[in-house]
Amino acid sequence: MSIQQTEQSKPSSAGPGAASRSGQRLNAERIITLIILAALIVVPVAAYYGDARYWVDLATRLVILSIAATGLNFILGYGGMISFGHAAFIGLGAYAVGIPVFHSINDGFPLIASNNGFLHFVLAMAVCAVFALLTGAISLRTRSVHFIMITMAFGQMTYFAIVSIEKYGGDDGLTIDLRSEWPLITFDHPLVLYGFCLASLFVVMYLVHRMVNSRFGMVLQGAKQNEERLRALGINVYNYQLTAYVISGIICGYAGALLGNFTTFISPEMMDWTRSGELMFMVILGGVSFLFGPLIGAAVFLLLEESLSRFTIHWHLPFGVLLILSVLFIRGGLSGLLQKLGGARDR
Amino acid sequence: MTADAMAPILRIENLCKSFGGVTATDAVGLEVLPGETHAIIGPNGAGKTTLISQLSGLLMPDSGHVYFKQCDITRLAAHKRAHAGLARSFQITSVFMQMSVLDNVALSVQARAGHSFHFWTPARTIRKLREPAMEKLEKVGLQDRAGDITSSLSHGERRQLEVAMALASEPDLLLLDEPMAGVGTEESARMVDMFKSLHGMTMLLVEHDMDAVFALADRISVLVYGRVIATGTPDEIRSNQDVVRAYLGEET
Ligand SMILES: Nc1ncnc2c1ncn2[C@@H]1O[C@H](COP(=O)(O)OP(=O)(O)OP(=O)(O)O)[C@@H](O)[C@H]1O
Ligand SMILES: [Mg+2]
Repeated sequence: MSIQQTEQSKPSSAGPGAASRSGQRLNAERIITLIILAALIVVPVAAYYGDARYWVDLATRLVILSIAATGLNFILGYGGMISFGHAAFIGLGAYAVGIPVFHSINDGFPLIASNNGFLHFVLAMAVCAVFALLTGAISLRTRSVHFIMITMAFGQMTYFAIVSIEKYGGDDGLTIDLRSEWPLITFDHPLVLYGFCLASLFVVMYLVHRMVNSRFGMVLQGAKQNEERLRALGINVYNYQLTAYVISGIICGYAGALLGNFTTFISPEMMDWTRSGELMFMVILGGVSFLFGPLIGAAVFLLLEESLSRFTIHWHLPFGVLLILSVLFIRGGLSGLLQKLGGARDR
Repeated sequence: MTADAMAPILRIENLCKSFGGVTATDAVGLEVLPGETHAIIGPNGAGKTTLISQLSGLLMPDSGHVYFKQCDITRLAAHKRAHAGLARSFQITSVFMQMSVLDNVALSVQARAGHSFHFWTPARTIRKLREPAMEKLEKVGLQDRAGDITSSLSHGERRQLEVAMALASEPDLLLLDEPMAGVGTEESARMVDMFKSLHGMTMLLVEHDMDAVFALADRISVLVYGRVIATGTPDEIRSNQDVVRAYLGEET
């Protein structure tokens, strides 16, 4: 129960046993959380000054993917909505940086032609909100496999739409020649960019934590567990799920804008369904509906990907097998596993 | 009493519903008066649950009408009916298994309290949700399990929770689908007392436990093969030859 305790909270009016139990398990949770936080702060800084840029880049990618995975976990883990098209939001967020920069360098589209970071990020989130509202409004009329298929279809639709726009490189992708510009800070410094991403991750995690435990969050989790009962209680489930879907899309769009700034090269390939699948794997691997699950899942995912790809170019196969095995056999994902270990150690 | 007070709170007219070849609701007509406990009895498969589901909006009838507080709610969405003051309990326990027992009831209170587009305040710290929820748990005798996860409850306890959630909706009409099913005799007697203590609550009670029915009901309707074959006071029903032949007879 260690990590989940943050979600399950500590109801003051809970049974007498609950308080002491959470006290016991708080240690394991605290320790794991602190280790993760310390590593996220110390490792990239040390790596940067130790001339190991590779680790800074890896950490930046990890943090950005964790933001996106946290966004997906909000609806998948807590809300039970298995979206297979979330890479589209990341892609749209990235193009919301790429296209304004493209126009600020080459002429045209004066309305958005700009290097301003505020414009880029607001645009990324706005575009994703609208896209999520439109596609969610349709997708959420369906359930189970149909929902998975239709979200995937919308994702692929976006992929092909971007491929077809020759102006922005189509299939070949688009190089972002200038990063988003901000007052006081510059994304051109790897540590600044990383710090910005890390702060963003913490803010997003905190926001998700608040939302999950709020009245809205109770409805969201209720809809995953028993939709019919919620309706009988007087709750219009659809409206809440759609709102959550939009919030999730906005978070992924934000992550996409960061990713564009990090890679400085974007292509429709970012939106491919396999990318959506990877994001889902991170969430499930880390442990669905744990606040730290996506971060843990993304970390393990990236480390596996990096290490396996060194041994063999055919790394996708063992990688896939590992992922499927872990999803099948570690119930509650890695967070659930940590909890069990933490709980056992406590006793 | 004014004429209005005696107008039925629920009126069912000529309601029909079939599943393929099975006619589960066959031209049902029924009235529930304000303040009364109206029981529906009938053999297995008579269409009792199907009727309740059409009243709560989880199933749509093929034809006929349902009026609640003089408004036609036949086609109204389930969640709107709940807001209008209809609450139900489920024969097959339908709760939120991964939440705590208190969370379940608090969610019911929350649904009653208005919309849930509140993203910031932790729901578990809101006293105006937790306190009424705890009160309802005390009513059904489940207060000691409040902090436990719902999936750890026994079958009987889940039935109690089911009723607590329906009560927490503070409805004008409570639809109860076999609340005592699978509950031990002691708990069952306790629930009968609890329902008796809900003075003024209007209830439509589906129940197989005849002791409970005769202890609680002001009027009884008998449903057989989707049809209402009789409606009357408990004494009238007990002495009705059709009912004894179709239902009560086979019980004894
Ligand atoms: N969703 C459904 N699809 C098909 N047939 C159904 C469905 N629901 C109920 N039925 C059929 O309708 C009839 C009435 O079922 P219902 O569950 O309403 O009976 P009941 O009176 O509640 O029975 P019980 O006392 O066993 O709870 C039965 O013949 C049942 O098989
Ligand atoms: Mg039934």
